[in-house]
Amino acid sequence: MLSLKRKRGMICPIRPAQWAGPGLKGSFWPIKKTPLPLDCGEYLYPVTVEYETYGKLSSARDNAIFILHALSGDAHAAGWDAEWEKERRPWRKGRPGWWDEMIGPGKAFDTSRYFVVCANLLGSCYGTTGPWERNPGTGKPYGLNFPVVTVEDWVRLHIRLQDYLGIEKFLAVAGGSLGGQQALAWAIKDPERIRSAVIMAASARIGAQGLAFNAVGREAILSDPCFQEGQYYQGKPPQGGLELARMLGHITYLSQRSMEGKFGRRFQNGTKPGYRLNREFSVESYLQHQGRSFVQRFDANSYLYLTRAMDYYDAASSAGGDLEASCAIIKARLLLISFSSDWLYPPEDTREVARAVLANHKPVSYLEIPSDYGHDAFLLETNKISPLVTSFLGRGVKYE
Amino acid sequence: MNNSRRWDHCLIYKIIEPGSSVLDLGCGSGELLARLVKKKQVCGQAVEADPARVAEAICNGVDVYQKDMDLGLSDFKSGAFDYVILEKTLQVLYQPMVVLEEMLRIGKSCIVTFPNFNYRGVVDKLMETGRMPVTGALPYQWYETPNIHLFTLLDFLAWVDEHEVEIIDSYAWSNNSSRPLDLPADSREAEEMLFVLQK
Repeated sequence: MLSLKRKRGMICPIRPAQWAGPGLKGSFWPIKKTPLPLDCGEYLYPVTVEYETYGKLSSARDNAIFILHALSGDAHAAGWDAEWEKERRPWRKGRPGWWDEMIGPGKAFDTSRYFVVCANLLGSCYGTTGPWERNPGTGKPYGLNFPVVTVEDWVRLHIRLQDYLGIEKFLAVAGGSLGGQQALAWAIKDPERIRSAVIMAASARIGAQGLAFNAVGREAILSDPCFQEGQYYQGKPPQGGLELARMLGHITYLSQRSMEGKFGRRFQNGTKPGYRLNREFSVESYLQHQGRSFVQRFDANSYLYLTRAMDYYDAASSAGGDLEASCAIIKARLLLISFSSDWLYPPEDTREVARAVLANHKPVSYLEIPSDYGHDAFLLETNKISPLVTSFLGRGVKYE
Repeated sequence: MNNSRRWDHCLIYKIIEPGSSVLDLGCGSGELLARLVKKKQVCGQAVEADPARVAEAICNGVDVYQKDMDLGLSDFKSGAFDYVILEKTLQVLYQPMVVLEEMLRIGKSCIVTFPNFNYRGVVDKLMETGRMPVTGALPYQWYETPNIHLFTLLDFLAWVDEHEVEIIDSYAWSNNSSRPLDLPADSREAEEMLFVLQK
């Protein structure tokens, strides 16, 4: 049985009464009084982080692995959340954590060996400080007054959590998609704090096509009449806009082949055209379902902030655009995995990172897994990924 | 087949200095490099094109970069490794000599092994039966062989000579044993060869 420890740790202390997330309760641990500096030049205070841990930290504190979630993820990476009702998170009913197939006893991130940590991202909406939270300066939710956060800001905050947990070095940091970007960012930003990184379906940066999709998604939210400059928390949220953004996003997570296989040109009802404009094909119905269930569990402002962080991330930026030079600082062993049908983070872009590491005379593992699942493969091809991760982690710290 | 495979692994294992850096091209499941990393503390990097073998090699504990060598080795910098290894692969490449030149650029020393098509066991079989020979070192029927560039020991030596490549060491696998290369006899007697080259 997977034991789950949920904690909502407070990085900067404030009287609990002032911290009032919608329907969220928890215990707080004051960590540091220092406000969190952000890349945009602002400081954030207070900051709350919701995280979960699985497994047991060894007495040497050397078996910890940090799991990094992607755009719509949360700290609930594995196991079943018994408190879904109490915490008003009905979407967790009957569903395990988002990477449950990878995390647990005997699984790739083996919780009988490793201490696994996963934290919700700054700017997201699952317990960690974000635009939905009350701005202590105004007493109202931040909304669009929330500072723009970056992938590097997330690493900075996660390192504070690392300090709080008393972990000098993570055995590994691992994630897919935006989680993979964070793993790479960590390897470059603070090479001394991690021993290895598992990076899947991610690259040094998203290209113009990815930027374009994110822009349209945000535009859908911003143009929803309910958006109200981001101050919609007292009224009706911009569900239509967020739904559209999610539908568009979902197309980029699948592949042409997976969509053909899953839906083809099938009609939702019957076999003949109904000569109508609303939902007709099963792919339409699927996307709409995805959009509708997403708005039940996600905050539109968070979507704006997280996609912006995804846009800004560029692994080469620490060395003036020279990826090879920015990878020179990396000390972690890297396992890079791409998926053949991923067109959001195409294999060639993941390979570019491997090549930059090789150019610095550092060993690297890079594999393109043949898969029809598109970008989502990092969540679905767990049978193919697991043995790779298991043996990669099992090798410990050889290259130090 | 198994014996002859072992012979070049054994020799390479002996040749490589402890603690050196090694690039293994076409590593297969990565057994050799895994052993070198474990027992000789080399800093190892492998290259393999086939995703299933890459996965196998990662599971065997080596760092593998998936890449088809025929698409070039420009990802590796000049002089980046003490040794670059290519085992029984030259004859399956589209551009074997481009790859060999790249190896000589990347490695301070290169180790190559390959079958000798002029080995008497091969030639005699061809002459006697009139059919493409299937032998220990060339274990395929003509219609399923991956070997697209078959060549002899003397072909290889001619190339080495023309390109001013220095032979540091050379061995032959003959009569189920390995020994230093013995010319001219080994033109017919050697079933497989191992060369250590530098440029």
